[in-house]
Amino acid sequence: MSEHDTHEKSRNVIDDRHPVADPGLEPHQPRLTDIDEHAANRAERQVVLAFALVPVLAIIFVVCYFAVPKTWEVNFGPLHANALHVILGTTLGGAILLIGIGAIHWARTLMGDHEISEERHPAQSSDEARAEALEIVEKVIDESAVSRRKLIIRSLLGGVGIVAVPAVVLLADLGEWPTAARRAETIERTIWAPELKPGTNEVAKYRYIVNDITFKRIKASDLRIGQLVNAEPENLQELHGTEFNQEKAKAALVVVRMDPNSIRVPDSRKDWQVGGILAYSKICTHVGCPISLWEQQTHHLLCPCHQSTFDLGDSGVVVFGPAARSLPQLPIAVDDEGYLYATSDFTVPVGPSFFERDSTKDFRKGDN
Amino acid sequence: MARPATISTPDATDTAAAPETEPNRPTKPLGPVLKAASGPAAWADERIGIAALGRASLRKVFPDHWSFLLGEVALYSFIICLLSGIFLTLWFKPSMAEIEYEGSYQLLRGLPMSEAFASTLTLSFDIRGGLLMRQMHHWAAMLFVAAMFAHMLRVFFTGAFRKPREINWLLGVGLIAIGMVEGFAGYSLPDDLLSGTGLRFVDGLIRSIPLVGTWLEFFVFGQEFPGDIIIPRLYIAHVLLIPGIILGLVSAHLALVVFHKHTQFPGPGRTEKNVVGYPLFPVYAAKAGGFFFIIFGMITLMGALMQINPVWKYGPYNPSQVTAGSQPDWYMGWVEGAVRIMPDWEWHIGSTTWSWNIFLPGVMLMGLLFTVMGLYPFIEQWVTGNKSEHHLLERPRNNPTRTAFGMAAISCYGMFWLAGGNDIIATQFHVSLNAVTVVLRVAVFLVPFLVWHITKRICISLQRSDIEKLLHGAETGVIDRSPQGGYAERHVPVSDAEAFTLTEHLKYEPAQLEAGEDENGVEGDAATTKEKLRVKASAFYFRDQPAKLTSEEIAEAKEHILHGHDHGDEDHAELDGANGSNGTNGHREITAGEPEDEKATASSH
Repeated sequence: MSEHDTHEKSRNVIDDRHPVADPGLEPHQPRLTDIDEHAANRAERQVVLAFALVPVLAIIFVVCYFAVPKTWEVNFGPLHANALHVILGTTLGGAILLIGIGAIHWARTLMGDHEISEERHPAQSSDEARAEALEIVEKVIDESAVSRRKLIIRSLLGGVGIVAVPAVVLLADLGEWPTAARRAETIERTIWAPELKPGTNEVAKYRYIVNDITFKRIKASDLRIGQLVNAEPENLQELHGTEFNQEKAKAALVVVRMDPNSIRVPDSRKDWQVGGILAYSKICTHVGCPISLWEQQTHHLLCPCHQSTFDLGDSGVVVFGPAARSLPQLPIAVDDEGYLYATSDFTVPVGPSFFERDSTKDFRKGDN
Repeated sequence: MARPATISTPDATDTAAAPETEPNRPTKPLGPVLKAASGPAAWADERIGIAALGRASLRKVFPDHWSFLLGEVALYSFIICLLSGIFLTLWFKPSMAEIEYEGSYQLLRGLPMSEAFASTLTLSFDIRGGLLMRQMHHWAAMLFVAAMFAHMLRVFFTGAFRKPREINWLLGVGLIAIGMVEGFAGYSLPDDLLSGTGLRFVDGLIRSIPLVGTWLEFFVFGQEFPGDIIIPRLYIAHVLLIPGIILGLVSAHLALVVFHKHTQFPGPGRTEKNVVGYPLFPVYAAKAGGFFFIIFGMITLMGALMQINPVWKYGPYNPSQVTAGSQPDWYMGWVEGAVRIMPDWEWHIGSTTWSWNIFLPGVMLMGLLFTVMGLYPFIEQWVTGNKSEHHLLERPRNNPTRTAFGMAAISCYGMFWLAGGNDIIATQFHVSLNAVTVVLRVAVFLVPFLVWHITKRICISLQRSDIEKLLHGAETGVIDRSPQGGYAERHVPVSDAEAFTLTEHLKYEPAQLEAGEDENGVEGDAATTKEKLRVKASAFYFRDQPAKLTSEEIAEAKEHILHGHDHGDEDHAELDGANGSNGTNGHREITAGEPEDEKATASSH
């Protein structure tokens, strides 16, 4: 490396690339601190001040860490925060920042600022090096006897390749296998399915619809026209932890009461509703967000994640957005006391689609 | 015990260290620092040969430009992520087991939640400095990705990815891709309502992959969503696997910067064969080191004063809830936007479902971005046919097509990103949400097209203004009044240094059909079609590129500016004639475009 030998080769050469001769590095312009001793001393004092404030802030940090109670609040302008948090952050941040400011001020004002030039070398190796390397590689191949005994290398490559198979197979237990049987018990089913008598197809117990916060059963007569209630199956309370979350992620329901004259109920779904009270899956058929924005006047339900919009007055068909399938509707009925319950599970899997999903049974606009 | 050590030290300096330093510094007494360090230095040199390393690298040259700091910002914010992240791991529990919260945040006490969320609350409210570290970690992560993107754009627009730096470009593309995954894994960990919603989105995304989606979903989540293992899995990926890969890639990235030496902008004394700047020690080390502390300090202050991700406000994850305005961290915003504005394309074939409405924008689009980024250097090299090494950066104006492509890509990204906030746009500006969505569906195609053309014209105009400056001189602000009463501004030739800087860019020629075929003339039709395609691409790439001035033109122009005031118009005609003889396509463009400029200058004479 040579600091002063600058690109003599290219300078003053005029070619296609350089129609103007290279005038060479511009002469060094002295800074104020180079020529004025007072300015230099002042810069030194500033640098020292920055560095000297660091221990001061560090001490404040430590003292406050132990002295300031965790409950103090700071309310100043737009800042509403825990006082200890703000003090620790500003003192630590200030201290770190001052180290940086001091170092850069020092570099810019007092350190030598002469630009120097360094020669570049092409990335590629010299021709001799290439030739020698090639010779060595040839020798390596020769000594390993690979070229004469080809079977060795072939069997080695085959062997190494095959070892990848056990490595991949080891990952097969990463999760459950979503076989058709398993899918039918998980993503294609919800806990709305009525409990059956063991060994038969007879229903032992229907699932009541309960408010999702109070878990109280919902009475048909308590719903006003235009009202939407978030609901869950009553049996969700029996679950805990992971299972609770998994089932809640599929079973979440919206129950809505609309004026029966203002909605279109297809013949096939006449018994799925109770006098304008309809129940739909709350899980968007797009990527599975819980849909929550209800437009009372238009009967539209809007997903806040990607704005898919479904018409609850028309069997949940998509009216706008990226979702491709209608919101699954839950067939409901009312018991003698007026409480709502599900007469069966959803007839199609809820939530986002998956490859093996049979989407021919979903309700399409115009179906009857 | 001390004796043998003191005896051996001067001994070692005599034998090992002295010959190293002697030739450069002849018989000068060592200063106090060197004297103190000579013992340990000699000890280390005898074992690991640090003197040679020091000789080679202590004065290594780094050029100075503000835009070269962007990569440093990314590096430093990554280091801050590591430091603050280590602190967080000491308390965070990556477990989805359900517990009842009994901590000091009153509003959530007694609620069931995962241990992950509860320990995040503990970090935020009970560990002194915990909230500071959490917020610093999040801000640093946002800055890390932002700085990587900004650095990538700088490298792209200045052509710093060209030979010999293509491998380093690919390492950078890998770093951005994996950095985004790392960020996503991180913000999924607290298991709050927002991050759980994000995970559910990813669940839908994975499911949408044709053929294997359901299997991948079950393998990633262990069972049906949400399962109980995704957070432990994301945790180990976030704190060990991905940071390890990032560290490896960063090391290789930096090693290649050292090996290639940094690129530099054109300027007097700066050529393809050298690198001009400040030595590593002391100036560059002080500046870069100081800059690390400035970034660190700023992020600490942001962590102290600017709230980010207040998970206690969202509450624990509840699969039946979501907040309006739910959005991912900024760097995933464009994918979110694409998913939002995508039409509802879905195939139902037999008993299978093909969710293009999720798969195309959610999975393929990201793949497309990184594929285009990875391939670009090679495509450009193929089109331009330029296979030489490049160490001088190009000003964006001097490569209009690349700049136009980059700006079009940015505008496309920007439209997708806007779409990620289509609900916010609709509510803030009181416009129809559906209208915003439909407009953006068109805008993601139309806006890049417009931006392409506008950028290209701006670049070419800027090149012409450089040519104009060289041909007609720089404005002085001095107004001359002629005897006839006319006023004209005096022009002076630009300095040699500026003229050199303005003319140091590459001279581009579109590929010609005959030229490339000398060696492979025997080859059949296939080669020719490929070559024909290349010629077409090259003609497109260099279309309208103004020709470079020759040395004669510049010399003549300088002469003209200095002495040619009296008979301005004639000289201009001559000059243009000289230009024309140079004759490439692009050049005729300038002369055709010249009359306006001509009038302006002529009237000033």
